Amino acid sequence: MEETLIKTCLHDRHVKQGALMSPFGGFDMPIQYDGITQEHNAVRHEVGVFDVSHMGEVRVKGPQAYDFVSHIFVNDVTGAPDGQIFYGMMCYENGGTVDDLLVYKVNDQEYFLVINAANIDKDVAWIKKNAEGFDCTVEDESPKYGEVAVQGPKAEETVERVLGITCKDIAFYNFKTFEVDGEEIIVSRTGYTGEDGFEIYGSHDYIRRVWDILMEAGVQPCGLGCRDTLRFEVGLPLYGDELADDITPIEASLSMFVKLDKPGFIGKEALATQKAEGVRRRIVGVELEGSAVPRHGYPVLVDGRKVGEITTGYKSISTGKSVAMAMIDKPYDKLGTSVEVQIRKKTFPGKVVKKRFYDKNYKK
Amino acid sequence: MSKILENLRYADSHEWVKLEDGIATVGITDYAQHALGNIVYVDMPEAGDEVTAGEEFGAVESVKAASDLISPVSGEVLEINEELEDSPELLNEDAFANWIMKVKVSDVSEIEKLLDAKAYAAICEE
Repeated sequence: MEETLIKTCLHDRHVKQGALMSPFGGFDMPIQYDGITQEHNAVRHEVGVFDVSHMGEVRVKGPQAYDFVSHIFVNDVTGAPDGQIFYGMMCYENGGTVDDLLVYKVNDQEYFLVINAANIDKDVAWIKKNAEGFDCTVEDESPKYGEVAVQGPKAEETVERVLGITCKDIAFYNFKTFEVDGEEIIVSRTGYTGEDGFEIYGSHDYIRRVWDILMEAGVQPCGLGCRDTLRFEVGLPLYGDELADDITPIEASLSMFVKLDKPGFIGKEALATQKAEGVRRRIVGVELEGSAVPRHGYPVLVDGRKVGEITTGYKSISTGKSVAMAMIDKPYDKLGTSVEVQIRKKTFPGKVVKKRFYDKNYKK
Repeated sequence: MSKILENLRYADSHEWVKLEDGIATVGITDYAQHALGNIVYVDMPEAGDEVTAGEEFGAVESVKAASDLISPVSGEVLEINEELEDSPELLNEDAFANWIMKVKVSDVSEIEKLLDAKAYAAICEE
């Protein structure tokens, strides 16, 4: 049976503008408009806009919203001012990752969770199941929202001048809500590119208007192709590559987001044990000599023996180097370890490096 | 609209072949380079390797994906285009001027099974 792909509120725009379309997380999404390299460079040096309406939105509301979010989220939202955003994961009891997500704190009794498109059904079921016994409601608002991400060093100027939204005063990982024509929109200083930028959530109609205005102003439309190359270069994980049901945040080298000093949350015990005893494998960077391209699933070898696998790899557009993130067994995860990557029939030499191939350029 | 040269033979996997004195020069078509987008790496065989018609002999990598190269002919690789090692983007600039390998063909009749320009153009339009 053929899967029916969901269309975002901007789908007709993508098709009309000649984007290359492809399935992603159950949605028919634009992969590229004018070429991944051109779009990537627009975001690194100017500004670009992405349709990210496929992302899921879940609202948790009620007297025990804070307790519940604390229970399912590995990061610590305690004491945060309203309007702050946290990145982190939801984990299973065994520490495996349900999803990585953003938690927007509206107030102590209301949180807005942004989850991955491919995981919406799984996440919503899991969140609802675990909400039993908490005095709060869980609402999947995904179908209601469209979302665009305006990213790049000129994002602030673009959002201010082209869209007429006052965003200068929004700090990194903070958000504001505005009322436009009687409907609420959310604007946050967040993104998935390593550049300054904003994510804007609103009704389908509003997001279509925003897209059209940005196109009229000549802002580069960007597909998921360069979204992946951009996030990869700055070492951000993608669920399905660096995180999964059977990969813990500790193994993904994301333990800075796991707050083991806060009271009980799902997965805490397993994650604490893993942190104390050390993991058997973890995500690191690999840099290859030459320009063969390491890709997801390719074996990483030491002395001809498999010690891991590539999770994401590219010939980096920003640096020209062939680099990858890889899940590698201990003790081969040490910086500087010589490894080989098998690419088709040949092997290529490389070494373990930090999993950041390009410096983030956030406005904090 | 992609460029197609009249005097070449084509495989439906988007390689072109030019046969001269029993030696086949092989490359990828303009259609292929366009479909791939920015080419960042070409995985080529080595001189002396044997290639077989219909079988993979290397790969062309764009930013996003690796595509196998399928040999349109059988025989021994005489030479590869070493320029592509440092400048794979030459394939984007002119796919017909930048060949990938030269093969000493073991069975010249294999060429006859390949598409002519007109038949290949029809495939590209599908």
